[in-house]
Amino acid sequence: MALLTIHNYLTTYLVFGAMLFSLGIYGLVTRRTLIGMLIAAELMLAGVSINFMAFNRFLAPDPSIGQIFTLFIMAIAAAEAAIGLSIVVAVYRHYKTVDAEDLVNLKG
Amino acid sequence: MNAIQVPELLSADGMAGIIFLIMIAVTLAGGFIAATAERLIRALAGIVICFTGVAGFYYFLNSPFMAMMQILIYVGAICITISFAIMLAAPEEKRKVGPTNMLSGPIGFMVAALIFGAMAALALRTQWPVFAKTAGGSVREIGIHLLTTYSMVFELISIVLLIAIIGAIVIARGGRT
Repeated sequence: MALLTIHNYLTTYLVFGAMLFSLGIYGLVTRRTLIGMLIAAELMLAGVSINFMAFNRFLAPDPSIGQIFTLFIMAIAAAEAAIGLSIVVAVYRHYKTVDAEDLVNLKG
Repeated sequence: MNAIQVPELLSADGMAGIIFLIMIAVTLAGGFIAATAERLIRALAGIVICFTGVAGFYYFLNSPFMAMMQILIYVGAICITISFAIMLAAPEEKRKVGPTNMLSGPIGFMVAALIFGAMAALALRTQWPVFAKTAGGSVREIGIHLLTTYSMVFELISIVLLIAIIGAIVIARGGRT
């Protein structure tokens, strides 16, 4: 029944954040469309945010610093999503595809 | 770390533990769907589940404010924007299936597993130093910090967001008369 108390330990959250981060890396490497890669990048940001919040709850002297950090990560993620998706839409209008394999104009 | 009493299964603490375990499973399943689903709209549904679960984690980490922000910004704004991009720019009929390269699947899995193993080992082996709390971390304190210590960062992030909005409009609008 020791499993019922794992939410009181820092390492649970760290391992879980690492899991989300590596799922994001796997998605980023194997996805073939730009939108899929963007979704995987959001997954990685979620893992990083969990790490910040866990350190904030268990270790930091002032628990508002980590929350402010996570808030800024969210704002950057929103800006990244807006710019990335507008680039995707512009690329689609020009090439009629969002497949990363077909976008080879700059390939040497 | 000091020992924590194991609660009864049907007490309030025990129920919290059960909810936490269910949340881990649901969040991981959502993340797995988001990383591997063949159709993009399913990946989007997966990441919505995953973000909602992460908001639950923020509740367990003593921060209901960040949980609300997570739902509001990630689920309410970013995922909706991605769904619009999928509707505008990902035609299902021209979809190619399968990985781009024979090796990208196994190598990607190996890289991800290596990184996960390294980070998990680091988290489990390190003796983290614990400091005494000097503040509570309430929403009021966050607001005071944002307008005093971090006011410069706060202004900069507003400018970054403004430039991102203008840039997104300019880029996505190009080619139209």
